[in-house]
Amino acid sequence: MKLQQIISIIEGRVLVDIGADREISCAAASDLMSDVLAFAEPFSILLTGLCNPQVVRTAEMADIAAILFVRGKVPEAETIALAQKKGIPLVVAEAPMFEVCGRLYKAGLKSCDISCRFTRP
Amino acid sequence: MAQITRLQELLYEVKIGEVMTRKVIQVSPQTPMAEIRKLLREHRISGIPVVEDGKLEGIISIEDLINTLAESAMDATVGERMTRNPVTLREDEPVVVVINHFATHGYGRFLVMDEKDHMVGIVTRGDIIEGLLKKLEIEYHEEEIRRYRVSHIFEDVVSDRTSIILRYDVLARDFKHAGEASSNIKLVLTRLGAPLEVVRRAAIATYEAEMNIIIHTTEGGEIEAEIQPGRLILRAVDRGPGIPDIAKAMEPGFSTAAEWIRELGFGAGMGLSNIKRCANEMKLESPEKKWTYLEATFYLDGKNQKALPIPSSEGGRTGGL
Repeated sequence: MKLQQIISIIEGRVLVDIGADREISCAAASDLMSDVLAFAEPFSILLTGLCNPQVVRTAEMADIAAILFVRGKVPEAETIALAQKKGIPLVVAEAPMFEVCGRLYKAGLKSCDISCRFTRP
Repeated sequence: MAQITRLQELLYEVKIGEVMTRKVIQVSPQTPMAEIRKLLREHRISGIPVVEDGKLEGIISIEDLINTLAESAMDATVGERMTRNPVTLREDEPVVVVINHFATHGYGRFLVMDEKDHMVGIVTRGDIIEGLLKKLEIEYHEEEIRRYRVSHIFEDVVSDRTSIILRYDVLARDFKHAGEASSNIKLVLTRLGAPLEVVRRAAIATYEAEMNIIIHTTEGGEIEAEIQPGRLILRAVDRGPGIPDIAKAMEPGFSTAAEWIRELGFGAGMGLSNIKRCANEMKLESPEKKWTYLEATFYLDGKNQKALPIPSSEGGRTGGL
């Protein structure tokens, strides 16, 4: 699914407008960044209610293709600036986490594979 | 795909002033239309600003000329046929603004003003395409050259055991700079041409180690990345307080982090097990339970076997990673 489709499905507001034509492989929804680092796949989208710059850092390290903030949370300017610098698109959805996940799942977006989580490379 | 994304970014980064044509031919409202035909053809342009006494009066374009020809009114002056109140843009606006204006106004060119409202240039589709392509090409070459230079370092530098060591100081509680060391190490590994899958694992492990120093130490510590031909050794050393029970600390979900750290999205007790999962080898010690030494090794050839890919005696003479 293209990021552009995701944005329209969740009626998102774009904060860092880059890479709308990116292909998103799957989604990871979590507020625990260590969990995200453990199971998010490359080219995935991160759904989170957490707004600090560490979210962007996490996405950078794990090659996450886009970040979606739920419940209408707008991150601080520092977070937006870092995302801009690292080329990571940021989107805000007004709906709560459960609804955002539901809408995207219904549209065919799948969860990242967590089977590899505790296994060594 | 990466290039397209970069192009989109450039639309926001590059300012109109960087791509516009600065030498602008001007005419006065009294200029006969016949003169315009000549000027447009000679200079291969599609529009000319109309200026009187230093004041912008309008713009005369190829469309105006065609209409004039169609109405057989070529004896008219520019002042009678020009488009008045032309839409102008500021030179410090990003290029994406021009593109939006092309779509909304349907004009093929816009005059560009400085902050004092003086005309400083004109911008067309051609200017934007040329400007962006130049910028992309320059950036592409710069990154290519950097990658080339760096990736050959192990061939160019001959020794019995060559390694590049990157050291980063990490301060306790320094959330503001959290992730900078990891970000830099990731960039260096990419430039060295390490496989992206390994770069990603190393970056995740480094980030977890960096966060651990920030969250759990009282005096901070150091992240060291030693890159040898074929492998990366990541070391995270701190100055205390140490880990009382290493086995316990390694258990997924075990955490000693305070609530405020959990609110930041960390301290879930997954850090060390994440590092172990990402690395090919991992060692964690807490000598005298006073400080902590973490060592994680990654095989940069992307293979997972535990044997060392390159014997150290040949290290310096082995090319690349």
